[in-house]
Amino acid sequence: MSTLEIKDLHVSIETEQGTKEILKGVSLTIRTGETHAIMGPNGSGKSTLASTIAGHPRYNVTSGSITLDGEDVLEMSVDERARAGVFLAMQYPVEVPGVSMTNFLRTAKTAIDGEAPKLRTWTKDVKAAMEQLRIDADFAQRNVNEGFSGGEKKRVEILQLELFKPKFAILDETDSGLDVDALKVVSEGVNRAHAEGNMGTLLITHYTRILRYIKPDFVHVFVDGQVVEEGGPELADRLEEEGYDRYAKGAGAATIAAPAAAQA
Amino acid sequence: MTEITTEKARIGAPSAQPFIDGFTEEGESLSPINANGKAPLAGASAKSHSHGGGVGVPDSSRAGRLTSYKLADFKPLTGMEEDWRFTPLKRLRGLHSEVLSGAAPTVIVKGPEGVIVEGVGRDDQRIGTAGIPEDRVSANAWENFAQATVVTIPAEFEALTEITVDIEGTSLDAAAQHLVIVAEKFSKAVVILNHKGSAVVSENVEIIVEDGANLTVITLQEWNDDAVHASSQQAKIGRDAKLKHVMVSLGGDLVRVTPSARFTAPGGEAELFGLYFADAGQHLEQRLFVDHAVPNCKSNVLYKGALQGRNAHAVWVGDVLIRKEAEGTDTYEANRNLLLTDGARADSVPNLEIETGLIEGAGHASATGRMDDEHLFYLMARGIPEDVARRLVVRGFLNEIIQQIKVPSIEERLTEAVEHELALTDN
Repeated sequence: MSTLEIKDLHVSIETEQGTKEILKGVSLTIRTGETHAIMGPNGSGKSTLASTIAGHPRYNVTSGSITLDGEDVLEMSVDERARAGVFLAMQYPVEVPGVSMTNFLRTAKTAIDGEAPKLRTWTKDVKAAMEQLRIDADFAQRNVNEGFSGGEKKRVEILQLELFKPKFAILDETDSGLDVDALKVVSEGVNRAHAEGNMGTLLITHYTRILRYIKPDFVHVFVDGQVVEEGGPELADRLEEEGYDRYAKGAGAATIAAPAAAQA
Repeated sequence: MTEITTEKARIGAPSAQPFIDGFTEEGESLSPINANGKAPLAGASAKSHSHGGGVGVPDSSRAGRLTSYKLADFKPLTGMEEDWRFTPLKRLRGLHSEVLSGAAPTVIVKGPEGVIVEGVGRDDQRIGTAGIPEDRVSANAWENFAQATVVTIPAEFEALTEITVDIEGTSLDAAAQHLVIVAEKFSKAVVILNHKGSAVVSENVEIIVEDGANLTVITLQEWNDDAVHASSQQAKIGRDAKLKHVMVSLGGDLVRVTPSARFTAPGGEAELFGLYFADAGQHLEQRLFVDHAVPNCKSNVLYKGALQGRNAHAVWVGDVLIRKEAEGTDTYEANRNLLLTDGARADSVPNLEIETGLIEGAGHASATGRMDDEHLFYLMARGIPEDVARRLVVRGFLNEIIQQIKVPSIEERLTEAVEHELALTDN
């Protein structure tokens, strides 16, 4: 059982207009076995939270903390965070020319596990995982994300999730740009990884669509760098009907209710 | 017709003048064939001094470059010349100014039976068939070489294993070297030039690719740190013949390779690839020329370089000339540089001259930059430590060229050499 704890996190970025605060005090606790959905309108800071947890250099943490089982995540480099068990499925996976998927997957697995995977079982595992995500076998020989379509890139992110077996998976708008079939395939992948029972999931999404396939235990609504409402899966249903309009600035009527389970 | 006139007027002439002198509907008239008194660049206005070649051709056109077997025809270098402006002449160690009387690096050729290797004198008739020196250093070698090595792949002979030419330097006295590679009609072979050891040498390599032949030339510069090397590699490509030229420069203090590919009959194809890795203080220069002088030939150029350390300097100049006669030409050239540390400098100059509009395609590209932080972030977010991630990215970047070699033992060796270079970064 692991815990990823985010406390009063403030994050800013440097822009041409100067320093801009994006996260204005975010607190969130995720435990193994739980699925948390973070929902919110564009520009609310959802992706900033994801990238900050992973350690993207663009984001400066000005105050607050992130800990993984008590260990200070903010003190860790990007690769140390990954080896500690944090996995970020990226919204826009980059192409890495000249580096084959096979080489990349093996190098990453070796780094995460601290030893090279056994060649025979590893090849079999990769093949099986690719089949389940309906990724063509020839992708293994291609360069990382090079020439992949948007949907293919997302599937390859989930392929890595399944192979690397992180303690916490952060899915940054993995559903955006996917058609229904691809969305199902990707969701099944996440559910398989989750079903192994050793993973907590932070699912960041703009739409409720993916929540039909991945059931969240908790839903957090993000507006302007803060959590403005929290609840169970029923909150997602309400959002689907009502949208984010009622959280618009000045509405002020949003109730902030911490979910009971998270207090436990 | 009216439309064309308007278009021409728009290109450069704001005045009432409807046509721009020197422009035809195929573009600018630069080659000697097109020269006429009317063009502003032609005739007396072009040539008040003489280091260019053809009458009526401006210095800026590659077609106008002086070529000669005689050293005396080339003026002493000042460093101001277009083709020497990036080269630190002081570090040429006399290749441009002294008699090249030092002992030439030793040449040992290994290859499958059937390939003919000869040591010949200056008067051998094959010498001078593929090219004429295009600069002073090359002409100096031409004037001074004593003996040439001629490697012949006989007609219709297919060399199943590669032909290796080991060129090993043992002295730092300025020397001249001459090699001739002849791929006769319909032959097929891979020739590897291995430059190693210590030398100060100006080298001319003539490459003759006869009709229908398919020749790959891989030239590796893995010199010791003190070597100075200028290599003019001129290829003449026959009808339906194919040349693949791969240049790899890793070692040496100053290495300047100038490959030229000239098409002499239709249907030819040339691929020119290059890889260089410049360390602190190293000057690696490559200037290539693709001369589309006949119709329906194809060329593709891709050079990639990595640079690290103070005063690491790489120069890439790619001249592609599509002459008026070269209709149906298809060409592309690109250069990419990766600057790994501060203090390194890459100069990249793609030049494309097009004298006919009746072509399949012509393009050029150049990009020089630092390692993409997003690449690093992606790999590190998968647990890969920064140093390993950096190596993966650089190796991947250069791999595109190494993969072109298709000789496993050399690909492996170069991959290792690149790893070794990268290991130096960490210090």
